[in-house]
Amino acid sequence: MVGKTLAEKLIGWHTASGTASAGEVVIVKVDYTFSHDAAGPLLINQLERLKTIGTQDTEWTSNTVFFVDHAVPAPTKEIANDQLLVRSFAMNNGIALSDAGNGICHQVLAEEYASPGELIVGTDSHTCTAGGLCAFATGMGATDIAVAMKLRKTWLRVPESFKLVIEGHLPRGVYAKDLILKALSILGTDGATYKALEFHGRVVEEMEVAGRLTLTNMAVEAGAKTGLVRSDEKTRKYLRELGREEKWREIKADEDAVYEREIVIDATELEPQVSIPGSPDKARPVSSVKGTKVDEVFIGSCTNTRIEDMRVVGQIFKGREKARGLKLIVTPSSRRVYTQCLDEGIIKILIEVGATITPPGCGVCFGALGGIPADNEVIFSSSNRNFPGRTGNPKAQTFLGSPATAAATAINGYISDPREFL
Amino acid sequence: MSGRAWKFGDNVSTDEITPGRCLHLRSNLQELAKHTLEDARKDFAPNVKSGDFVVAGKNFGMGSSREQAPLVIKLLGVRAILAESFARIFYRNSINIGLPAIVCKTQSIEEGDELELRLRDGIVSNLTRKIELEFPRMSPTMEAILNEGGLIAYVEKHGDLLLA
Repeated sequence: MVGKTLAEKLIGWHTASGTASAGEVVIVKVDYTFSHDAAGPLLINQLERLKTIGTQDTEWTSNTVFFVDHAVPAPTKEIANDQLLVRSFAMNNGIALSDAGNGICHQVLAEEYASPGELIVGTDSHTCTAGGLCAFATGMGATDIAVAMKLRKTWLRVPESFKLVIEGHLPRGVYAKDLILKALSILGTDGATYKALEFHGRVVEEMEVAGRLTLTNMAVEAGAKTGLVRSDEKTRKYLRELGREEKWREIKADEDAVYEREIVIDATELEPQVSIPGSPDKARPVSSVKGTKVDEVFIGSCTNTRIEDMRVVGQIFKGREKARGLKLIVTPSSRRVYTQCLDEGIIKILIEVGATITPPGCGVCFGALGGIPADNEVIFSSSNRNFPGRTGNPKAQTFLGSPATAAATAINGYISDPREFL
Repeated sequence: MSGRAWKFGDNVSTDEITPGRCLHLRSNLQELAKHTLEDARKDFAPNVKSGDFVVAGKNFGMGSSREQAPLVIKLLGVRAILAESFARIFYRNSINIGLPAIVCKTQSIEEGDELELRLRDGIVSNLTRKIELEFPRMSPTMEAILNEGGLIAYVEKHGDLLLA
């Protein structure tokens, strides 16, 4: 028997036959479904149409979570109305509600819900983040998720997998974000469409879950269905710290699993990476864009604003001030991270450096709330996307990099190498 | 029943189709539709006619899972989106709402060409250039969902999610 990739194993555990192989189209049982305020109104409308279909009991609501995170606090009456609809629907139907201020859905899912071996679908393209905990997690639209919620199943084409092997060790100033930007520059924006990206190698084995979630978060930026990392002692430690160790199980791909493509990256010689405006795959070494003047720095998003990232940012900012005239916005990814930042004195450092701190949420990343740039301004962002118009003004431009590179850039006012401050 | 081709390039993102700054309009699709693709082509939304075609290069619809992106394109009356390739979630969303997303070689189609889609035959006729473009059939599951007019109609008919 041929060995299985992580995607094949995880999907196989959710099919009626108990197995799955790349290329097959299967119906899978779904463990968790979720939606949020940006897709929820559409999804609730579809759920109403499905009222008479499937189970008539309310069992489906027990493994469903609704988030209010996409623009909090609500900036317009229309968005407030959408959020009210999502909030009321959840409360009236016994659905778990992660309300405004609790955090970005992908971060909260990692903290409170997602566990190794599960199959999770949600109305957000960055659902793949949970693959960092070795759950098969993928994003879909509101209609797909409404059906998945109500029927507790969905259909999938079992993806072929790419094996990304990250060898060596991470040099000072280089982080998971730099690795995934480098990988995207090799793959391109559609280089892994329909595939699963499986992350391997010594660097990934030694990486904490925080970094793994950054790798898997951006799998979709290569078009992938999901990104996956094995579940090991690091995963166990992460779940233990969250009081969820009983959810841990060891999962790894078979030695003889078949991969469609293998890419090896040696981290040892890697420089911090920066993606130039247009798309995240346009990554290059920071040295090639160093000195580019920046008007706004955003440290936030579901990609990398966990406590581990915030500690690095705090270390760089401590005792310093942001560049004069530069706008600095920081968004901790969840209430938990925010509280940790407070306990560790990072919030004070951020305030002293001159940052505007926004509540946990998605608004700045996709131009829905806060941090909208003026015409012709340049943003340096730690988020995952820099498509034209992404940050709310098509006449502005966005560079992407790690939180450390963003922090260094905020101090100097131009794109800078974080190693200068570490 | 023919319609005109509106040409777009490669890697058109959902941020260009339905910008995040229009988040407040997501429950008002008629208003949201007025902004469709405005960051890619300002002349598209005000002038597109029922039966017209969106014709793009590779990886159309990359990025977000927002289903409003194909929904507003459909609401404007677009007959089908033709592209060299689609981003995964956008493709699934289009079929789920009953909007044909057709993978075909679009290079020979020029801006303004009159096109006709014969979905069942797998052919796009370019009436302007007198060329017939064959396209590969979509997967049986996708085809079954599209034939019912979308996923909700499909599930309503079968009472369940089945594989075609």
